[in-house]
Amino acid sequence: MKKRIASFDIYYLQVLDEKGKCDAKLAPKIPAKRLKEMYWLMLLTRAFDEKALNLQRQGRIGTYAQVKGQEACQIGSAILMQEQDLAFPSFREHGVFIARGTPLEKLFLYWGGDERGMDLGKVNVFPVSIPVGTHPLHAVGAAYAYKFQKKNAVTLAYFGDGATSEGDFHEAMNFAGVWQAPVVFICQNNQWAISTPASKQTAAKTLAQKAIAYGMRSVQVDGNDVLGVYSATKEAIENARKGKGPTLIECKTYRLGDHTTSDDARRYRSENEVKAWEKKDPITRFEKYLLSKGVLSQQLAQEMKEKAKQEVEKAVKNYESTPKASPEIIFENVYASLPANLQAQLEELKDETGSSAS
Amino acid sequence: MAELNMIEAIRSALRAEMKLDKKVVLLGEDIGVNGGVFRVTEGLQKEFGKERVIDTPLAESGIVGSAIGMAIAGLKPVAEIQFEGFIFPALDQLVNHAARIRKRSQGKFHCQLVVRCPIGGGIRALEHHSDSPETYLAHTPGLKVVMPSTPYDAKGLLASAIRDPDPVVFFEPKKIYRAIKEELPDEHYTIPLGKARVVKEGHDLTLITYGSLVLTAAQVAEDLREELDIELIDLRTLSPLDEETIISSVKKTGKAVVVHEAPRTLGFASEIIARINEKALYHLEAPVARVTSYDLPVPLAKYEDYFFPSKERITNAIRKVMKEARSNYGV
Ligand SMILES: Cc1ncc(C[n+]2csc(CCOP(=O)(O)OP(=O)(O)O)c2C)c(N)n1
Ligand SMILES: [Mg+2]
Repeated sequence: MKKRIASFDIYYLQVLDEKGKCDAKLAPKIPAKRLKEMYWLMLLTRAFDEKALNLQRQGRIGTYAQVKGQEACQIGSAILMQEQDLAFPSFREHGVFIARGTPLEKLFLYWGGDERGMDLGKVNVFPVSIPVGTHPLHAVGAAYAYKFQKKNAVTLAYFGDGATSEGDFHEAMNFAGVWQAPVVFICQNNQWAISTPASKQTAAKTLAQKAIAYGMRSVQVDGNDVLGVYSATKEAIENARKGKGPTLIECKTYRLGDHTTSDDARRYRSENEVKAWEKKDPITRFEKYLLSKGVLSQQLAQEMKEKAKQEVEKAVKNYESTPKASPEIIFENVYASLPANLQAQLEELKDETGSSAS
Repeated sequence: MAELNMIEAIRSALRAEMKLDKKVVLLGEDIGVNGGVFRVTEGLQKEFGKERVIDTPLAESGIVGSAIGMAIAGLKPVAEIQFEGFIFPALDQLVNHAARIRKRSQGKFHCQLVVRCPIGGGIRALEHHSDSPETYLAHTPGLKVVMPSTPYDAKGLLASAIRDPDPVVFFEPKKIYRAIKEELPDEHYTIPLGKARVVKEGHDLTLITYGSLVLTAAQVAEDLREELDIELIDLRTLSPLDEETIISSVKKTGKAVVVHEAPRTLGFASEIIARINEKALYHLEAPVARVTSYDLPVPLAKYEDYFFPSKERITNAIRKVMKEARSNYGV
């Protein structure tokens, strides 16, 4: 005997098309004020990103990973988190940090090579995680813990197309499926992992379909369509909160900048490809929609862009006027209390640097 | 003769070995089209094709695990791990498999594999791009661990590593990737694994280090030239360790300072000092000193200078040992 025992579909979701036209049947109901907030956060993220690139070129911060082009993926999802929810970003998620209320100077501080930038107080975002693909597991464990403690909180794990090749990613998906953990996996498929195109990352047609093997819901969404990302995430978060388990959302998008400021993407991809994606800019698309809906006027859009730049400039000032910490900072936050051997090493450091602070 | 920096020297070893032996293949993240994030493998995919210079998916365990499979089936893979901070997913494959396959299969299979990996700090990089995990590997029976400090050595040692029948982890100190150029001979050559290099002979004190700190230590020895005749040893291979060179030097000088970038506790200095203790204790005129980073995660860029061994720290340690020796022995 031979018969089909299972079959699966992968759905693609797009609410705003590339011209900013809205699919009325699929449009999420979002009040104008909220739409404006989303637009604002996207502008702020873009302004931060452009400035950070600039500062790096001038040696005023260190190596930086641009988020340009992925604002819809990040704002459209992170904005849906409630205060108690926790986001687990990788290293390109400036939009997630911004959407959750991180002061911009903290981000500059971090990318300026100062660990105090990740001192985020009440902002519910886990720190930047650079080892690719490792942190979705933390999101799963945290989701389990929230569920176990009846906290009504969910977690969102952010990662890229490259991350889906790591073993840890698969373990995270599997654990989430088995535990029915209240976690949402947001995969930003920006089509490149440094110089490796998504087509060399996997032989699968979509990344969304990876969820199937783990018994999990998934969808592929146009990642440059903030309303599409919003809808998909809203449903996923609601399901997670209702105890219906995890979801994988593949946001099909594009990394418009170099991988980081140490990279030169012209070595491995065509300018034409980049240009084609520049035309699909998520901010322009959303702006067109908001203008057509009358939520935004040209003048207001202009004012908001100016204001975003001003906020960023203010943050740069705050960042650059933050005094450097004393050398002892390197001994802080390693353990809850400093063991004797480190206490002795701290004394060595003080002798050497002539630092008198304790 | 051509003037090469360490990156070019490594590339020239890879090219020479690939030309000599069709079984040598390269694999890793971004090593083909992009030529590696440090450009070590630049041009090699064009020259040798996509089947011999393989851009892999982003998975370190995948890279090393599949390289093990290639090795046992007759290829000679040279895998690249992009940064030392990302070698950890591959540790299972290295420690539990690569290192033991000869033993487990009673010699039927062996693992002629090289894992190349940039290492170390001092370049103001992001987190996980400045670490020194060499001890994890050097602690593993069955693995060899190499870390060159000059372009000349990098080329000769890598050629030996590729020809070595056992798995070799080849750490490349990224801080000095482009720091110096050296005249390299036109003809290909090898430098044996397991042999230290006496960078500078001397009689007063033995200064032992490896990797990028060899350059720093050489500057210290030079700065102190008027007052002290220092013998500087570059270990070149951590495992197997060239004990003989260390011990005979320490017997001669009676004093030693060991320097490394890795954190102190169970850092490689611990092993060297233990060997000195076993084989040359009665020749010592003062306790052996070590200059290391602190037992902390590497700080982010703004504070990294407080962390790594500096010329000053090394100089202070040398002076301290000299002073103790004088007060002990009146020399
Ligand atoms: C485990 C691990 N391996 C390698 C790297 C080096 N590295 C940093 S980002 C990156 C590509 C990541 O691609 P993707 O997951 O698609 O995220 P994107 O950079 O596109 O946002 C690589 C290889 C790393 N940080 N972690
Ligand atoms: Mg990517």
